Amino acid sequence: MPTLTYRDALNQALREEMQRDPNVFLMGEEVGVYQGAYKVSRGLLEEFGPMRVVDTPIAELGFAGIGVGAAMAGLRPVIEFMTWNFAVLALDQIVNSAAKILYESGGQIPIPIVFRGPNGAALQLAAQHSQAWDAWLSHIPGLKVVAPATPADAKGLLKSAIRDANPVIVLEGEMLYNVKGEVPEGEHLVPIGQAEVKRPGGDVTVICHSKTVAVALKAAEQLAEHEGVSAEVLDLRSLRPLDEAAIVGSVARTNRAVVVEEGWPHCGIGAQVVDVIQRDAFDQLDAPVLRVTQADVPMPYNKQLERLAKPSPDRVVAAVRRVLYLD
Amino acid sequence: MISSYREHGQALARGVPANAVMAELYGKATGCSSGKGGSMHLFDAGRRFLGGHGIVGGHIPLAAGIGFAIRYKKGDQVCICYFGEAAVNIGAFHETLNMASVYKLPVVFCCENNRYGMGTAFERVAAVTDVVEHACSYDMAAELVNGMDPLAVYAATERAVDRARKGGHPTLLEVRTYRYMGHSMSDPLHGVYRTKEEVEEQKKRDPISQLALKLTEDGALDQAALDALDAEVRAEVEEAVHFADESPDPDPAELGTHVLAD
Repeated sequence: MPTLTYRDALNQALREEMQRDPNVFLMGEEVGVYQGAYKVSRGLLEEFGPMRVVDTPIAELGFAGIGVGAAMAGLRPVIEFMTWNFAVLALDQIVNSAAKILYESGGQIPIPIVFRGPNGAALQLAAQHSQAWDAWLSHIPGLKVVAPATPADAKGLLKSAIRDANPVIVLEGEMLYNVKGEVPEGEHLVPIGQAEVKRPGGDVTVICHSKTVAVALKAAEQLAEHEGVSAEVLDLRSLRPLDEAAIVGSVARTNRAVVVEEGWPHCGIGAQVVDVIQRDAFDQLDAPVLRVTQADVPMPYNKQLERLAKPSPDRVVAAVRRVLYLD
Repeated sequence: MISSYREHGQALARGVPANAVMAELYGKATGCSSGKGGSMHLFDAGRRFLGGHGIVGGHIPLAAGIGFAIRYKKGDQVCICYFGEAAVNIGAFHETLNMASVYKLPVVFCCENNRYGMGTAFERVAAVTDVVEHACSYDMAAELVNGMDPLAVYAATERAVDRARKGGHPTLLEVRTYRYMGHSMSDPLHGVYRTKEEVEEQKKRDPISQLALKLTEDGALDQAALDALDAEVRAEVEEAVHFADESPDPDPAELGTHVLAD
C-alpha cells in the first residue's frame, strides 16, 4: 500500500472524485493558481481547468453561498475554507441555507455540498487563528461532520463526503497535513458515522478525534510502558452522526473513559460523548468520566502558554490515572 | 427564480398553484413545502421556484450559485433574484455582486425598493439611496425602473434576461415600488414611521389599477372583462382558503423527515 501524506491523500480524494463525477468542483481562496494555501489542491487547476477549480475573492459568506446555490441547481461543490476560523463569516450560509433548505422545502431540494479546511490550532498563530469549531458545527441538524485523523481516513471520508447527498463538514488539521500513513489506492471509502479503534486495550477507553488521536496514542504508549495500563484508543472519525454503539461498546468492556478534544470544555464534543456514556453505559462505569480539552481561554501566542492550553499526552495520562484511581 | 420572505406573488407568478401557496401559509401537509416551510419558505422545485428565504439578503449568494451552475452546465437559463432595498446594506449583497460580475453569471438581481426596511426609511440608514448606483462598484449593468408600471418592469426584466442569456452578464435592477400594508402581522397598517396620507397617496399609483386603466383606454379590455377577471381571481383565492382550511396538518411522523437526504 502506498504511503502518502494527509495532504496528498486529500488531493487524491479530490482528484478521483472530480474524475468520477463532472458535477464536482472545487471553490475557495487560493485553490487554483496558488495551488492551495496548504497545497491540498496541487495540480487540480491544470487537470480540470478554471471552471472546476475556482479561485475566489476573500469573501467567505459570498462563496459559501454560491456553493449552496450551485448545489441547489444540481452540482456537487467542494468549498475550501483557508481555515475554519474564516468560515465563521460564512456561518449564515452553512447554518441557515445548507443545513435547512432540504427541511424547509419539505424534502424537495437536497444540498450535496462539502465544506472543508483546516480546523483548530497550529503553532503560535494566536487566538483568532487557533480555534476548533467541532462542537459549533456538530450542533446543527441537517449537517454531517467528519474529522479524519489519518491519511487513509482523510481520503476515505472526503470521498464519502463528496458522494453524500447532504452538506458535510470536513475538519482537517494544519498540523496533520504532513502526517504520513498508508493509503489504499482507488476506491477507498470510509463510511460517515463509524468510529474506529486505533489501538485496542482493556483497562480504559480514550475517546478522541482528529489531532487528539495522536495525543491519545502517545498517552496510551506511555501508559503501557510506565504504568502497565492497557488503554483502548477510540477514534470517533465522525462527530455527526456520532457512533454511539462504538462508544458504549468499548466503555462497556473497559468500564472507564477519558474523552479528549481540541475544543473548549463548555458544551464541547466531550460533553456529548459523556451524555451517551451516562445514558447507555451507566451500570458498567467504575469511575466518573473525565475530559481533556483545550484550556477555557482564547489561545495565547506565547509558546509555553500555548503548550499549556492544548491537550497533551501528559494530561491524558494524568486523567487516565485518575479514572483508574492510581493517584 | 429565488426570493426573500416576501415571495408569495412571485411564487404564484412562477405557476405555483394558489391552493399550494395558501396551504403552506396555513402550515398544512398539502402546502408547496409540505407545511414545513411556511410563509417565508415557499418552494416548488418542479417549477424552479427555489424559495422563499428568511434571512435578509441571505439568498442573494444562492442566486449567484444557481447562475454559476447554469454557466457550468452551459445552459441557457437565467436566474432571477428578488430582494428588498434593506438587503442592499448587507455584506452578502456586495460580495455577491462582485463575484457575479467577475464570473459573468447569468443572474438578474432585482431590488424591489419599497422605501422601508420594516419601519426604517431607507434614507435614514443608507448613504447611497439610489440602489442602482451600487452597480458602478461592480462594473455591472443596471437600470432604474418605475415599479408602479407593470409594463416598464416587464420590459426592463426582459432586457436584463436577454443580457444574461446572450452575453452572460448580470444586471442590477432597482424597481421602485411601495408597501401599503405593515411589514408583518405585528405592524399596524402604516405605523408611526410614515403617515396615513403617504400611504393613501401611493395607493393612487397602484400598479394593478393603473394597468387596468391603461387596458381599458387602449380598448384591450372593457369594464365587464375586468370585472370578470376580478371575480375569477377572487374565486381562486376563496377556493384556496377553503382548500387550506380543509387540508390536514402534516403527520406527526413528518417531524423527523427531510432533515437529511438518503
